[in-house]
Amino acid sequence: MISSHLPALQVVLPLISAPVCVLIRKGLVAWMFAVAVSWITFVIALALLVHVVANGPLSYAMGGWAAPYGIVYRIDLLTAFVLIIVAGMGALVTTSAFRVAPGDMSRDHQNFFFGIFLLVLTGLLGITVTGDAFNLYVFLEISSLASYALVALGRDRRALMAAFQYLIMGTIGATFILAGIGLLYAVTGTLNMEDLAQRLQQVDDSRAVKAAFAFIVVGASLKLALFPLHAWLPNAYTHAPALVSAFLAATATKVGVYVLVRFIYTVFGGVFSFETMSLGPILMVFGLCAALVSSLVAIFQENVKRMFAYSSVAQIGYMVLGLSFASHTGLTAAIVHIFNHAAMKGALFLALACAVYRLGSVELSELRGLGRRMPITFACIVIAGLSLIGVPLTGGFVSKWYLVSAALEQDLWLVAAAVLVSSLFAVVYVWRVVEVAYFQSPPDGKGARCEAPASLVIPTVALAVACIYFGIDTEPTVGVARAAANELLASIP
Amino acid sequence: MHEFAVLRVATKQLLPFIWLFALYVQTHGDYGPGGGFQAGVIFASGFILYGLVYGVGKARRIVQYRVLIILVALGALIFSGVGVWALFAGGNFLEYAVFADDPAAGNHLGIFIIELGVGITVAAVMTAIFFAFTGRSH
Repeated sequence: MISSHLPALQVVLPLISAPVCVLIRKGLVAWMFAVAVSWITFVIALALLVHVVANGPLSYAMGGWAAPYGIVYRIDLLTAFVLIIVAGMGALVTTSAFRVAPGDMSRDHQNFFFGIFLLVLTGLLGITVTGDAFNLYVFLEISSLASYALVALGRDRRALMAAFQYLIMGTIGATFILAGIGLLYAVTGTLNMEDLAQRLQQVDDSRAVKAAFAFIVVGASLKLALFPLHAWLPNAYTHAPALVSAFLAATATKVGVYVLVRFIYTVFGGVFSFETMSLGPILMVFGLCAALVSSLVAIFQENVKRMFAYSSVAQIGYMVLGLSFASHTGLTAAIVHIFNHAAMKGALFLALACAVYRLGSVELSELRGLGRRMPITFACIVIAGLSLIGVPLTGGFVSKWYLVSAALEQDLWLVAAAVLVSSLFAVVYVWRVVEVAYFQSPPDGKGARCEAPASLVIPTVALAVACIYFGIDTEPTVGVARAAANELLASIP
Repeated sequence: MHEFAVLRVATKQLLPFIWLFALYVQTHGDYGPGGGFQAGVIFASGFILYGLVYGVGKARRIVQYRVLIILVALGALIFSGVGVWALFAGGNFLEYAVFADDPAAGNHLGIFIIELGVGITVAAVMTAIFFAFTGRSH
């Protein structure tokens, strides 16, 4: 009985656990509960992936109301792939939250932290599983509102300002998406994505549909922090508690990319998106600008969290660049990079959480000699940094390989060169961290080893290992990404 | 506030009617305009009015913050709990039809409980927001 309800349980389990966490007044008990829930959620995501790989897409009618009238959860390969990433990161981050009070949160209020965290998880999973455009917006709001609250928990008052900025920009993005969905509903009279796709085929040259497309693309771009719309991201990631940055950096923007892919391919269809609306060149220009400019900006940051936040904007540029080719290889590159980037950024920000736990801040000058004081943590930073650069035998190399081949397929030599140049920028900023941590001596009297607690280090190491493992055994990631790209492209008539 | 005798007396007289009206909107949501959200807001407005006229300190003593937080979570739990109950009763998530032999009666019951959850959470959240904004100076 349970197996047929997995699509619903994927979202319902964290949803129902969030208020329970609030009712559990003890921080430690709430932590154990949240860890149990987030790991079960991850197992559900794994089961769904296995099921979808074996038996094809899966649908679930909420409340027993059949599509297209009721809300339908629809799980295809891309959905299952993103679910794994979100649920996996959720499980690792909740596990590492043991004993680590985010920001200056007192022990008594930690149950609220886990409650809000599970709500973000619910929202992100919900965006991914739903096959209903309006339901997607609702989950988008759940995850966004909860993540504003998480960002505001940061250590100093600048976190409040960052959260407010994030709130304003995020709300504008969500409103754009809602306006787009509203226009689609006005034209077609349906909200179910598959039904929308079919009915949009029959609408010729409607200005409302074009406006809807523009609204949704701009709204999703704001949510995923595409280059000129990324201003909220560096502040939010810098001032949020370190664990929150780790989770949001690894999942929230990736789900934004998922939303963009879903609308471009499933709802509007590749032909409309790339031929009628000529989205390709637009995404390509902004993706390239993101990769080049943000990598360059990252080099000059003194706060390591801010450095990696800018690097996130650059990496999102790669994903959008992959989409812009409108080819099978490009789409595969984007989907693979969703996974690999989640692993490397998760590892980096969790490692920074270890450093924050001991030092209280991650200004570059504070990290002097820390390579010897926190050897495991900094080994993880180096591995994830290599993956960020795209060194062979790491996950980042696999993504960049597909990205560059996609560019070369279409004889875009300059684009391929730009990807390599921005990788060189990544070498520079990763080297800055390595240089300070390994080649400068620690401040006087502070030479003792001070590794963070095991509960924080083990998830970090797990992600760093994932960076290497999925760089060597590419079948699990690339195989699924390729099949997912096939599925998406097959939906184009 | 001691000089506003009319305001104070009128508030006291109004409160029962406000809460009664809230319950009316809550329970008649499936026949007429209304439902859990509106009812919750009306119910909370009773406390907010009391707080505005008699002072936030007094209102806080009547509605403990701790209880408010529990109510916020409880309403959400009732909502999602009904959904899970439907799973155990053999339906899909939130499929109320399985709650009774007659699907219409089942749907009626399901909606009623869910709206109750919505009402509780909305009333508690509204009151909590009021306390949060007015309590900053304390």
